[in-house]
Amino acid sequence: MGRPMKLAGLTFAVVKPAAVKFAAMVSVAAVLVAATSCSPTPEAAENKTLKIVYQKTDAFTALDAVMQEAKKEFEAANSGVTVELQPIQANDDDYGTKLALAQRSPDTAPDVFYEDTFKVRSDVDAGYLLNLDSYLAKWDDWSNFNDAAKAAGRADDGSIYAVPLGTDTRAIWYNKAVLQKAGIPVPWQPKTWEDILTTARAVKASDPNVIAFNMYAGKGTGEGTVMQGFYELLYGTDSTLYDESAKKWVVGSQGFTDSLAFLKTLYDEKLAVSPAEALDANVWKKVFGEWFPQGKLAATVEGSYTPSFWQKGGAYEWAGYEQDMGVAMFPTRNGQDPGGVSMSGGWTLAVGAKSRNPDLAFQFLSTALNKKNALSYDINNSQIAVRTDVASEAEYLAANPFVKDVSDLVAVTHYRPATADYPRISTAVQVATESVITGKQSPEDAAAEYDATVRKLVGEDKVLEK
Amino acid sequence: MTIRRFLRLLPVVPSILLLLLFLLAPVAWSFYASFTDAALSGKAARDPQWVGADNYVRMFSDDSFPLAAWLTVVFVAASAVLGQNVLGLLIAVLMTRSRRVVSSLVGTAVVAAWVLPEIVAAFAAYAYFNRDGTLNQVVDILGGQGLDWLYSFPLVAIILANTWRGTAFSMLVYRAALAEVPRDIAEAALMDGARGWQRLVFITLPLIRSSIATNLMLITLQTLAVFTLIWVMTAGGPANASTTLPVLAYQEAFKFGDIGYGTAVASVLILLGMVFGAVYVRLLREQRP
Repeated sequence: MGRPMKLAGLTFAVVKPAAVKFAAMVSVAAVLVAATSCSPTPEAAENKTLKIVYQKTDAFTALDAVMQEAKKEFEAANSGVTVELQPIQANDDDYGTKLALAQRSPDTAPDVFYEDTFKVRSDVDAGYLLNLDSYLAKWDDWSNFNDAAKAAGRADDGSIYAVPLGTDTRAIWYNKAVLQKAGIPVPWQPKTWEDILTTARAVKASDPNVIAFNMYAGKGTGEGTVMQGFYELLYGTDSTLYDESAKKWVVGSQGFTDSLAFLKTLYDEKLAVSPAEALDANVWKKVFGEWFPQGKLAATVEGSYTPSFWQKGGAYEWAGYEQDMGVAMFPTRNGQDPGGVSMSGGWTLAVGAKSRNPDLAFQFLSTALNKKNALSYDINNSQIAVRTDVASEAEYLAANPFVKDVSDLVAVTHYRPATADYPRISTAVQVATESVITGKQSPEDAAAEYDATVRKLVGEDKVLEK
Repeated sequence: MTIRRFLRLLPVVPSILLLLLFLLAPVAWSFYASFTDAALSGKAARDPQWVGADNYVRMFSDDSFPLAAWLTVVFVAASAVLGQNVLGLLIAVLMTRSRRVVSSLVGTAVVAAWVLPEIVAAFAAYAYFNRDGTLNQVVDILGGQGLDWLYSFPLVAIILANTWRGTAFSMLVYRAALAEVPRDIAEAALMDGARGWQRLVFITLPLIRSSIATNLMLITLQTLAVFTLIWVMTAGGPANASTTLPVLAYQEAFKFGDIGYGTAVASVLILLGMVFGAVYVRLLREQRP
């Protein structure tokens, strides 16, 4: 972090007009070099190096394990080629920023990298990703990927630029013991929003110290706010965020206001966490690490990767999760068809457009995504398999008791609009939820402000009044 | 003659070149980028277009910019000009009159905060003001009801934290300056019947005014640029309530990938620093009374 803070200290440099032009030229290079780590040395013909960039955190090491394994396999099969692994330790947002900065210069751009599906299209526009069509045509394993997975890496021009590692869905995760103590029969499956509130109120009435039903809100949890919260509500009304056929953003919808109103009810009646806790970017760590294992939280909306935190080797090992936890589909507002809502995202591997050895880079990508590595990644990171041969593997199906439940949600799932405007729109939604749960604005006012922000961001011609 | 002048300049040429390359160049680039739609991703990343003053026009129609500019001014005025400056002067004056043991104990305590690396100081302040932090534990012991400081009073919390961290600098500057004040003048004033506060206001302060101006300039510019402290403590929230210009520039450029707009905000920050700098330089140049 921190380029802008340094800029302010420079006010005393004397600006001479003649120097500026020269400086402007040098500085493009200087800034880029300063902002990214640079290392490449000119490589000899037979001694090639592949640079692999991916994310690694204390709670996410599954991909690192796969990469280490792929490096071993790949180097054994290709003598003279060195695979240089460069894990970036950062959260999703910062990882994306660091990756984009590295991609701006051919000297720092990685050969193979880990890329969020919703960024594929805008990064293809930026010229960061290599078109993989000709490589995929020759790769036998490609036919094992399911159709939805193939579409995840497709850009506006119809070509494939990225190959998915796995996907995910979102559901209600609940602690059976806590619900039973409040007299709620399990398995629990709410049919409408009202069912959720009824159950949450019952839990709260039986033990006021328990958080009855949490949904993330506010800017602190970032994408978590919308992916594991607001969109489950919005897509369960008859509204949507973005009209895919018209390619326009929806404004003025009743569903948007109603979704905010639902959050307001949860927070006003103290069924969820306190607003101050909700705005803490680390609240999810408490959900997984403390509240669920200690029986202080009855239910929340979270991703299909949830078991990865609790299983052996996870960040918050909890042996009892298989018995204590249950999973339910998030209902549509009034139980209307299709009865439930889920959201999906997922990450891919892609090859850098500026790679000096694209053939080798794709070969590495295919090693990292072969059946063995995909299987171990999907199991260790609780991902939903995108390779049909992995999905039918007994070991995958037995990885945790919830694999089937969360995989079935693919039938009702939605994807985020993967446009370049999306990150700002997402932030506007997060701001609306924050204003509502903190009591700063009513749902109607917050929705109106969201509409105004969207109009300003994308322009009148790209919004659709509903 | 000109050759001799050139030779005299020779030793500083390397440092001038380094300054140009590493200080002026990024500033110039940032200024240039603020007139383009440069971005981290999307079409504009491949081929940034010249958009003229669009970014600057957008700034004034955007609600978050005026708020951030106002918060920056409040933050600088409260934590640097008032907090660090006045507190530093007060401590320095009191130290000249206290016993050696007391003054060295106080000096160590104050300088400790300055010695900490910024990121460590920021985490310490976060741990102090946090919901389960030291401050609330003390309040609990005293029988009070703890508050969520970083949520309810984010700006106050970062102002206090920055004052805590930066006071040592002003204190050191003023201790050095006070040591230079000739004793005989103060004694003469004493003979004329001037009281303690009168000696401070009419004798000491005018004598150290150039130190005051230098100190104000340095801490103002430092505080304008504070980023880590705020980012760690509140990340600009809740709802932009502690988003100063550096935080806004970072968010726009790196969170939203809008480098053009982010650098425009940074350019305004630089201008703001220049205005402050110019005022203080004027103050320095004025004749002593």
